[in-house]
Amino acid sequence: MASLGKDYKDGEIIVRQGEAGNCMFVIQKGEVEAVAESDGRELRLRTMGVNDFFGEMALFEQATRTATVRALGPARVLTIDKKNFLGGIHEDPSLAFRIVQTMSHRIRDLTDRLATFEEHCEPESPE
Amino acid sequence: MNLSLLSEPSGVRHEGRPRVLQDGSRVAVVGAGPAGSMFSYFLLNMAEAVALDVSIDMFEPRHFCHRGPAGCNHCGGIVSESLVQRLATEGIMLPDDVVQRGIESYTLHMDVGDVEIATPLMEKRIAAVYRGNGPRDSEPLDTHSFDGYLLELAQQKGATVIHRLVTDVRREDELMSVHCADQFSDNYDLVVIATGVNSRLMESLEDETQEFQRPGRTRTFICEFHLGRDVIRETFGPSMHVFLLDIPRLEFAALIPKGDYVTLGLLGDEIDDELMAQFFNSPEVQNCFPDATIPSHACHCYPRMNIKPTNPVYANRLVMIGDSGTTRLFKDGIGSAYRTAKAAAKTAIFHGVSAEDFKTHYAPLCRKIDNDNQMGKVVFGFGSLVQKARFARRGILHMVANEQSQAGGKRRMSGVLWDLFSGSAPYTDVFLRTLHPAYVGSLLWNLIAGNLPGSAARKEHAPKQERDRVEH
Repeated sequence: MASLGKDYKDGEIIVRQGEAGNCMFVIQKGEVEAVAESDGRELRLRTMGVNDFFGEMALFEQATRTATVRALGPARVLTIDKKNFLGGIHEDPSLAFRIVQTMSHRIRDLTDRLATFEEHCEPESPE
Repeated sequence: MNLSLLSEPSGVRHEGRPRVLQDGSRVAVVGAGPAGSMFSYFLLNMAEAVALDVSIDMFEPRHFCHRGPAGCNHCGGIVSESLVQRLATEGIMLPDDVVQRGIESYTLHMDVGDVEIATPLMEKRIAAVYRGNGPRDSEPLDTHSFDGYLLELAQQKGATVIHRLVTDVRREDELMSVHCADQFSDNYDLVVIATGVNSRLMESLEDETQEFQRPGRTRTFICEFHLGRDVIRETFGPSMHVFLLDIPRLEFAALIPKGDYVTLGLLGDEIDDELMAQFFNSPEVQNCFPDATIPSHACHCYPRMNIKPTNPVYANRLVMIGDSGTTRLFKDGIGSAYRTAKAAAKTAIFHGVSAEDFKTHYAPLCRKIDNDNQMGKVVFGFGSLVQKARFARRGILHMVANEQSQAGGKRRMSGVLWDLFSGSAPYTDVFLRTLHPAYVGSLLWNLIAGNLPGSAARKEHAPKQERDRVEH
């Protein structure tokens, strides 16, 4: 039995917020967590498992990584090069379908969380 | 009576049956190797996305759970770096029991020395796999055939596997009919031929029709050496060993470590006993094995390889994919199977199944592969020149060794060789990179530096037997 990708130890950082990126990642084994760092505090955005991907925004934008992703326990992760990905899309646009679908789910999830957050923050109306 | 695959009887009108897949349409896929399975997987995936109810029958006489030739598709078994990434992007992950070894470097062996070319990311992104379930007489381990795994994916999507040997495909009025050796036959709205080049079906189609030419082929050689997992880890590591030797007609040779076995693949112009004897007698090859002794092989075959595309690759309600259609010259056959399978599936679902649909939406990809193969011939032509010129080999060795020893620098020659060996980039890209002034300048400098008497590269990377001579 053998494996593909690169092994990460528990807590090891795979991508760091603020760094430049030119690839995305697909989780082959284990779990990872994405955290946003602000003013020295960490906010966990989501955890991801086998076959989930992260870092996809770097494929479409030149901006830096928006979150830090680290292994939750031992994890194995496969890197997808920007060049390989964009070359594939050029030949076969449907290659992006799964990514678009996942990004759509994430927007929906963030919208729900934002709505819940605003609901909690809304000042109570005077009786 | 076997009707022509392309022309239809004059006066036949098709107003009653549109040449598109619709609810209830039936598709036959002949051959369940990677091309057939991936076509079925993608077609059913896309049909689900657009709420189309189609069914697929996959005809495959073999069971990929069998060991040895009975369950094997006779291939070196490398899933390229680019294909591993594309499959992962599609959500298709190769399980650990399918990957016999993850490859993270290439070791280039030449008479002037050896050098390892590592992937820049130091990550295993090339998969060595068994197309069947392991070599003949291999011990039952927890391994899984690559072809079997893809077939399971297609079955999970809803494809039905029929273990029958297809002997003929005919046009029956407006439908296509599939005929099997046991007299079974059935009609389909679309027939996809994915039998590869080693099947009798392609031969019989060529013999019985006037307008179809099966792919051009050449004989290759593949064999398996049993060395044991520990020995392989120590001697071969996670590296694919490739050879650039001055042996006429040999285009590419590689030793691929997999589990308890090492697979040898020889590609070139009609591999025969004479060429194999020259190869096995080369010290560069012998030195790869423990005690410089090549063990007897456990399993071998002489499969044919597609070196010239089928003509044509489509007709009304008929399309040829993978090796049955066109494939990349010498490299990444499984990657070509993926590309042609997906393009044919997209055409059938989103456009139609007429010859015109395949001409407009499927043939351009085949032409792109064929055109790139023309450039591939130029690239391999240069390779043949290097095989014959010792000074050129010294220059290449010097350039690669320098690049590999410097962290962070531009790895121009290493990148070119990596993409050439791994089949990760089109030949046109590889060729254009060799025209870059910086590449040409660096190569010229290394040709001089690598051939200077007393050159460091000459000593450090000299083959083992040459170093031994110097030491004694």
